[in-house]
Order: sequence, then structure tokens, then C-alpha cells
Amino acid sequence: MSTFFALLFWFATAVIVLGLAFKIRQYWVTPAPLKIPTTPAPTTQAGVVYRMAKEVIVFESLFKSNKWIWIFGWMFHMSLFLVLARHLRYFQDQPWFWVNIIQPFGKYAAFTMVIGLVGLFVRRIVVARVRYISAPSDYLMLIMLFFIGFSGLIMNYVSHVDIIAVKEFFNAWMGFSIGDFPVSVPLIVHLSLVALLLIVFPFSKLLHAPGVFFSPTRNQVDNPREKRHIAKWAAELENNSKG
Amino acid sequence: MADFETPELFKHIHVPKPVPGSMESSGPFIAKPDHQEALGFPHELVDNWEEKAVEEMGNTLQKYRGLRVFLDSCVKCGACTDKCHYYLGSADPKNMPVGRQDLLRSVYRKYHTPAGKFLSKLGLEWLIGAKSMTREVLDDWYNYYHQCSECRRCSVYCPYGIDTAEITMAARDIMDKIGHGQKYNNEIIGKVFKIGNNLGLPEPALADTLEGLEEDIEDETGVKVELPLDREGCEILLVTPSADFFAEPHVDGLMGYAKVFHEAGVTWTLSSKASEAANFGMFIGSYENMRKISLRIREAAIDLGVKRIVFGECGHAWRVAYSFLNTLAGPFDFLDQNYPIPQHICEFTHDLIQKDKLKFDPSENDWMTLTFHDSCNVARASRMGDKPGGQFTIPRDIIKKVCNNYVDMAADTIGEGTYCCGGGGGLLTDDLMAVRVKGAMPRMTALTNVVLEDGVTHMAAICAICKSQFSKVLPYYNMGMDMIVSVHQLVSNALILTGQNSEDENEAETAKESE
Ligand code: HEM
Ligand code: HEM
Ligand code: SF4
Ligand code: SF4
Repeated sequence: MSTFFALLFWFATAVIVLGLAFKIRQYWVTPAPLKIPTTPAPTTQAGVVYRMAKEVIVFESLFKSNKWIWIFGWMFHMSLFLVLARHLRYFQDQPWFWVNIIQPFGKYAAFTMVIGLVGLFVRRIVVARVRYISAPSDYLMLIMLFFIGFSGLIMNYVSHVDIIAVKEFFNAWMGFSIGDFPVSVPLIVHLSLVALLLIVFPFSKLLHAPGVFFSPTRNQVDNPREKRHIAKWAAELENNSKG
Repeated sequence: MADFETPELFKHIHVPKPVPGSMESSGPFIAKPDHQEALGFPHELVDNWEEKAVEEMGNTLQKYRGLRVFLDSCVKCGACTDKCHYYLGSADPKNMPVGRQDLLRSVYRKYHTPAGKFLSKLGLEWLIGAKSMTREVLDDWYNYYHQCSECRRCSVYCPYGIDTAEITMAARDIMDKIGHGQKYNNEIIGKVFKIGNNLGLPEPALADTLEGLEEDIEDETGVKVELPLDREGCEILLVTPSADFFAEPHVDGLMGYAKVFHEAGVTWTLSSKASEAANFGMFIGSYENMRKISLRIREAAIDLGVKRIVFGECGHAWRVAYSFLNTLAGPFDFLDQNYPIPQHICEFTHDLIQKDKLKFDPSENDWMTLTFHDSCNVARASRMGDKPGGQFTIPRDIIKKVCNNYVDMAADTIGEGTYCCGGGGGLLTDDLMAVRVKGAMPRMTALTNVVLEDGVTHMAAICAICKSQFSKVLPYYNMGMDMIVSVHQLVSNALILTGQNSEDENEAETAKESE
């Protein structure tokens, strides 16, 4: 069991790291040949950073768009963020001080995370328009995250796991050795699903996380008259048609 | 006319339940071989079009980051599902922005993503909604990518700014490249290359029309205002949509620009080579064609030796001018750098108003109560002035300066959330009348509300397509086709030319008294 989980996590980690690196590189090197920010758009780079921060932190466009999705979606993501920050303690000998500060909030965040997920799931089934656009994978994604959260809560409130042992296992794992895995059903469920999450991440719609930063309608400065914007392939096209 | 129902209007814009297949059809007329030929596309559907479509998609993915990011990132949250006027008017779920994107995305997933390739081998591609490139898919592409006006309303409301217009452009480009183009767009682009404008008006006809307009202005005002064509050595080249030369209410706008230039004391000219501001190359997502069309303007500016370029009232033309012209046909280092390159006619007029250079009698417009339709491409894909949002304030400032009665439509139907007229993006053709009428429903709802509540009589716009589309669809919604006016028509009505007949002023007096 210990070997299995150590190997699974090495594999999953490799997949997400390499997968994301590949995708981010791909986004990075693919040009956006035309200026297409959705206007009104900021006219300076600083303005773009501010616009992007609002999108990522408060989901500004979504807020304009649909309050229900916003409430559930934002609740889920902010909770996810707190939960993950709280999880840093499994990987650190001496957690950073802010990781300690958010420990108590993180605990409640598990509830809001699960509520947010349930809200999104219900919406997906109940609203005919959203049901129409949903593929099986869209439901499965929510179910997977729900069970990660749910198994986490079980460990927290019902069937406690030995946190110290988990920590030791992962500390060993990070040093590329195999420690003793504290076998318990909720932890097995939790970690199997987490591994699955890491593996599907770079191949699924979870690419929205890096994607949002590369979206030309959100990350471009509105200055086409002041500054000529030209992609490499477009410049080559120009040269060829001249010569 | 055609066999479709005009949507019923309610007090509030009604979000329908999806009715799959309600807009299923064979789409607009298909381009003929000679239309395709002129643009460098295959004459008809090529033999191995399935493979070719997948291959072209791959090429486009490497050229456009937006396309790749948009196809990857959608989480199917559904926030955009009630944002498209074509969905609101037709209830067809393939007209929901995400539904429209998925037509392309399903093929992308199957052939261009590791997950799609892997799951296809197991026969499990349905898990992620991946689909093979089949005739059925192509027919859906052709139909539904010609039910999108590329208005970008969806991109405002998507948390990642996914712009369905970009997907539509990519799809149309792929279809063109496999020999399955749309007649309306491709035929028009051919005319631009051959004759110089969308309407195919040759130089002598243009000269004739302009002369007629000069006479009209002189008859009315007693002042000789020129509308020069191909005159060398002027300060300004005016590039305007060819509809401005004769369509109503466009032409009244053109007379307005002429009067403003006249009062400003600048020299200006139109060009027969660049006698068209519109650039349908954008509608079909073809960088090459869009560039070729843009280069005409650069060449005309050089040939005529002008210092500045000003664009007339046209929505997507302003997008291409403002956002792309510098990229496609720049750098414009031979023009006067003290002015924006290019400049919008509204910026030009607004600037003169700011400097108090124009005299108006707004009571000339007192018989109307106005509202303003923000054209989608101006609102969400360009700017005017030097501050974000100038595209909303500048035209309104002008209207308020020249009219006493002005009312805005509901806040969520104007500004960045404006509803498209329903005829943009290359849909302004009679073979798409059902789509155009249905897609106009949200705008017609907002307009009807201000008509009933605030006594609005006219709606002004700064887009040739909007103007033509509204003239056509207003009657379907029991409103008069002459409700739609040009912004510079209002300017023209109120502008007092130096040395203008005093009779005219007397008329204005009597008009005021009789109220
Ligand atoms: C930069 C970081 C991220 C941003 C800005 C972001 C933003 C968003 C937004 C705006 C939505 C749409 C609304 C909603 O349904 O919540 C969304 C959906 C979603 N996000 Fe994220 N996200 C981020 C990272 C993540 C991560 C790390 C995960 C995974 C563990 C994730 C999982 C999801 C899922 C599953 C959905 C779809 C919800 C549904 O099915 O309705 N997101 N995200
Ligand atoms: C290698 C990665 C992970 C490990 C080792 C791990 C381990 C654990 C453990 C041991 C607990 C129980 C905490 C307690 O009893 O106090 C827990 C709880 C939880 N986990 Fe994880 N987890 C991992 C990844 C994740 C991920 C990626 C998510 C979210 C998508 C997640 C969500 C939760 C939640 C919501 C809880 C309950 C609340 C809490 O204690 O914070 N975990 N996890
Ligand atoms: S709003 Fe954006 S992410 Fe949400 S379903 Fe529509 S396109 Fe996809
Ligand atoms: S761009 Fe406009 S017409 Fe096209 S899907 Fe989006 S909202 Fe609809």
C-alpha cells in the first residue's frame, strides 16, 4: 500500500507538472496576432494587472453575468484555496506562520467548498440550458471534487487519521523514499481521488486556471493606435507579399 | 415573406427554455465557385474535406492563441447561455454561445487533444463530448456559425472572456478553406477587390452621387459644401461605408460629415479606390483577406498624399480601423502624428464641439425624442477618445449637444452589454431574414419600452449595418422603418453653417413657436 501510493503520487505529480508546463509553454508561444481585448479595456499594463486580479480574485465578469453561479462558484474556489493552503502543513516540517493562522478557517472552508460544489451540481441538473451543455465529464468533475471534500470531512469529524503519520509519509515521499502509509479507508479514497485530479488536470477543462491568464480578451492592453502590434507569422506574411 | 414567426415582445427580455433544432436549416446561400476563386479559396467542397478541416483547424490553433485558450478553458458554467440575442430570440440551444462553441470544440477535443485521442481509442469520447468530423457536424457549423453576428456580448460575461466571435471566425475560415464558403460575404469581398466597395459602385457613379449631394446641401442651406472625390493634397481622407452614398438614413449622415468638415475649415476627400470602410475579411476570419482590404486604404492615403485618415459611421469597420489597421496596414509614419490614426468621425466632431468651433440649433431636432443604439463592434471591440468607455460617452455627448430630447434605453441593454442589431457579422442578407428578425428581439424589447415610457420617436446609430438592419426589421415589430437615424444626420440638422440662409433660422423659430 505504501509503495502503491508513493508511486501513484510520483506519477500524478509528474503528469500535472509536465502537463501544465507543456500547456503553459504552448499558450506562451502561440501568438495573438490581433488586438482583441473586450472593451472598455485598460490602456496600461498596470490596468491589465488590475483587471486580471479582479477576474481571478472576485470573478468580476461572472458576477456581472449570473449571481447564482457566482455565489456557488466563488464559494467553492475561495474555500478550495483555503483548504489547499491549510494542506501545506502536510508537506512542511515547520509550516509558514500564515499556514498556521488559516488552520481554523480552513476547517470551515471544507464545508463551504462542499456546499458550493453541491450548488453547482444542482444547478447543472436543474437549469435546462446548463444541462444541455453538460457532458458526462462535467458531472464527474464535480462528483470527484465532492468526494475529495467529503472524505476530507470524514477524516476531520468522523474517523480521524493520524496526521503526524501522513506528514511523515509525505515528507519521506518528497525525499524520494517510501515511508509508512497510515492505512484508513477515507484516506485511501481521499488520496486516490486527489491523484486522479492531478492526472486529469492538464487534459481537462481545469486548464481554465492557467487559461484565464492567457485569454487575449482579458490580458491585452487597449493601445492599438499608439503601438503597432504584429505577430511573427503575420510579419512573415507581410515580407513574403512584398518580395 | 418567409415562413417564420416574429418573436412576441414582453416587458422584460424573456429567457426561453431551449428548444433543440428550432433554427435548424441548411444555412445561408453557399458561395459559387467564382466567389470562392476571387478570395483564393477552393471552388467547392474538396474531396477529403473531413481531413482538410481537421488539418486547417490545427493550423489555425497554431496561429491564434485565443482560439486554443478558449477551446481549452470553457468550464461549461453556463453564464453565457442567456447572453446571445440569437438564443433569446430563437431558443435554439446551438445559439447559446457555449452551444455554438461546442460545435467546434467537440471536433477539437477529438482530434487535437490528448484526452480526445486517448478516449476515442477506447470508444469513450462521448465522456468529454468529443465528436468526429462528419457531414452532420459540417452542416451544423455552416448553419450556426452563420447565426452569430460576432458581436462579443458573450465575451463580456464569460469569466475567462471566451469570445465566441473568435470561434465563429475560425470556423468560417476553415469552411472557406475546404471550399464551403458563404455567398453573401465572399461575393462582397470580391466586389471590393474588383471595384473598390461592397456595393460595386464604380467611380463615375460615385462622382455623380456626390455631386447630387452637394446640390442638395446647397438647395437647403444656400452654402456650397463640397464632397470631393480623389482630390490630391487634402488634409483628410474620409473612409466611409459605401451604404453612406445612397442608403437611407446613411446618406444624411454623410452630408453631416461633409458639413462638419466644411465648418472645421479642413480640406478632405473621398477615395474611389478605398470607397468602402467595411472589411468583411474580418467576418470570415481571414487575416489575409482582411489585410488585403485594409491595404487599399493605406495605398489611397499614400496616392492622395493626405495627412490624416477619418472613418465614417460603421461598427465593424471601426473595429478593424481602430484595433487592426495599424497591425494590418501600418506603420502609418507618413501621416500627421498629432492626430489619432485613424480617427472616428465622432471623435472629430466631438473635438470641434469641445473647442466650441461649431454652432448648433438643437431645436431643429425638437420634433424627435432620441435614444442611442450602441453598435456591438464599437462598444466591445474598440474605443473613441483617450479614455476607456469613450465609445459610449462621445456619441452621446454629440447627440445631447445637437438634440434637446434624449433618453437612454435600459442600462443592461446598452454600453458594454449592448444587444446587437441582429444583422452584423455578415448576416445582412435576405436569405437569413428569420435569423435577423429573431435576433433583433432584445433590442426591439428595449426600444419598445422607451417608446412607450418616454415617448422616444427615433433611435440613432453609428453603424451602416445597424441602420440597414433596423430599417428592415423595425416593421416586423410594428415600428416605422424611418425610426432609425444617423448620428451625423442629427448633427447635420442642427449645425448652422457660416453664411447659411436666414430663412432656415426663421423656419426653426416657427417650429419652436408651434410647439
Ligand atoms: C487561477 C485559478 C482559478 C480561477 C480564476 C478559477 C475560476 C473559475 C471560474 C470563474 C469558474 C466558473 C464559475 C464556477 O463554476 O465556479 C470556475 C469553474 C470551475 N473551477 Fe475554477 N478557477 C481556478 C482554479 C481552479 C482549480 C485549481 C480547480 C480544481 C481543483 C478548479 C475547478 C473548477 C471546476 C471544477 C469548475 C466548474 C464548476 C462547475 O462544474 O460548475 N478551478 N473556475
Ligand atoms: C497529496 C495531497 C493531499 C493530502 C496528503 C491530503 C490529506 C488530507 C488529510 C490527512 C486530511 C484530514 C485532515 C484532518 O483530519 O484534520 C484532509 C482533509 C481535507 N482535504 Fe485533503 N489531502 C490532499 C489533497 C487535497 C486536495 C487536492 C483537496 C481539494 C481538492 C483536498 C481537500 C480536503 C478537504 C476539503 C479536507 C477537509 C478539511 C480539512 O481538513 O482541511 N485535499 N486531507
Ligand atoms: S461563460 Fe464562458 S466558461 Fe462559462 S459556459 Fe460560457 S463560454 Fe464556457
Ligand atoms: S458573439 Fe454575439 S452573436 Fe455570437 S455567440 Fe456571442 S453573443 Fe451570440
